[in-house]
Amino acid sequence: MMTDQLTDTALVPAAEAPAGTEPARRPRGLSPRARDRLIGLASPVVLLALWEVLARTGAIDARFFPPPSSIAVAFVRLCRTGELWANLSASLVRLFWGYLLGGIPALLLGLAMGLYRPVRAMIDPLVAATYPVPKSAILPLVLLIFGLGEASKIVMVALGVFYPVLINTTAGVLQIDRIYLDVGKNFGAGRWQTFRTIALPGAAPLIMAGIKLGVGMGLILIAIAEMVGAQDGIGFMIWNAWQLMTVDTMYVGLIVIAVLGFGFSVALDEIERRIVPWKARG
Amino acid sequence: MASPASVAPTPKIRIAGLGKRFATREGEFVALDRIALDIPRGSFCTIVGPSGCGKTTLLRILAGLEHASAGAAVIAADNPGKPVNAVVFQGDSIFPWMTVWNNAAYGLAMRGAPKAHIREVVGHYLDRTGLRPFADRYPHQLSGGMKQRVAIARAFATDPEVLLMDEPFSALDEQNRTLLQEELLRIWDEDKKTVVFITHSVDEAVTLGDQIIVMTAHPGRIKAIVEVPFARPRGVLALRKDPEYGALVFRIWSHLRDEVDRARRQETV
Repeated sequence: MMTDQLTDTALVPAAEAPAGTEPARRPRGLSPRARDRLIGLASPVVLLALWEVLARTGAIDARFFPPPSSIAVAFVRLCRTGELWANLSASLVRLFWGYLLGGIPALLLGLAMGLYRPVRAMIDPLVAATYPVPKSAILPLVLLIFGLGEASKIVMVALGVFYPVLINTTAGVLQIDRIYLDVGKNFGAGRWQTFRTIALPGAAPLIMAGIKLGVGMGLILIAIAEMVGAQDGIGFMIWNAWQLMTVDTMYVGLIVIAVLGFGFSVALDEIERRIVPWKARG
Repeated sequence: MASPASVAPTPKIRIAGLGKRFATREGEFVALDRIALDIPRGSFCTIVGPSGCGKTTLLRILAGLEHASAGAAVIAADNPGKPVNAVVFQGDSIFPWMTVWNNAAYGLAMRGAPKAHIREVVGHYLDRTGLRPFADRYPHQLSGGMKQRVAIARAFATDPEVLLMDEPFSALDEQNRTLLQEELLRIWDEDKKTVVFITHSVDEAVTLGDQIIVMTAHPGRIKAIVEVPFARPRGVLALRKDPEYGALVFRIWSHLRDEVDRARRQETV
């Protein structure tokens, strides 16, 4: 008992010390979430400023690490010519269809796997065997089967989002307390009603986690897929910039992907707050 | 349709030769053995027994959530339009992802009841349980007692032929338990549904029941059936002053004590 108390009192100031010495002055009276967001915004700004200074002073090689200001100039140029938007919209369309084509079957199959043992017994080994294969390694095969057109890119994104959503949905349904399924049965919920009122909402927190993972995976794969045999898209833009040695453009492409990923994650957090309002949040 | 005269004497629930066995690693486990029991219409029947006596299994068989290994349990359906039973489960059974209102409306919604009917009935039971102001809350914002009130409202709202309650108050503290017992009796007095109420508390069995089934463990059998003489409506606290109450609790305890002792001896072997 004594040692417990001792460690407790010793831990409290130790744990609070780093927060006090935070470089981005901790504003008083902000909610923890607002504070987290502020810190999240401040850290890249600080990093960019540092980069600019180092590139301008020649501390780092500006050929490989052009200063952010020149990347910004390239960004404006690409916007003006419409090049950026053409590539971005091409990627977004592919991502959209890929997420839909991969995510929805994964969601339905995952719910079925979670609810029905035989379905799980049938699909589980297939998932276990194919999941570890790196999706990028399948690209040549996908190109062979689906050709160099839109289909191969969409399939790559779909593959990326399929597995995390499937695996998380199954796990999400399996972790639902059995008592809720008994309640459904007792109150006369049919198969579809059980899906809709118990399996889907009960698994929703894990499904959302799977979707977040899948969306990130889709971004990785779209970039890779567009580098090979595409005539547009952000991946193509980056690859083309490498061939033309326009490093600024390359960075613009990378930043666009980063911003896309960040935007998706913010949007998904917001969606999660709306569809899982019942989780107690700290 | 049978005439009321021929319907009245038949029991609401008839359990005959009911047995349940589970295969376990140590061999066969007899959870229920030759249970025979008639529960009259409109009776509040409490089942009390040591843990492991199969009382929850019995309730789950009545609820249709498990199958009997032998014999049968039949609930007489007087009105084919009504659900045969509704269960108030032990522990947290209301959906965390639904508001209080939607939880209470669940059974009716699953049966495709008209919206106006759902609004009226759910409103009524939320009023009766004092939950109306919390209709839009989610369960994580409720206390344990309030959650069980939602489960009770959900079961009553479907207007089942038989209400099955599996230790619904066992996780509550003493004060809350007394309050909920009183509320339950008040709601039950409205239309005196046939109730099977499982409990491990002798006090609760005596307070609520018309008929107390005392069960034994390993194998689960009926040891005694005790009629409770107290008039309705009952006041949970007033009842405790009645000397008859103490005598009845004592009688049931002496039935149970042999059983608890026996179960303990078996555990230590």
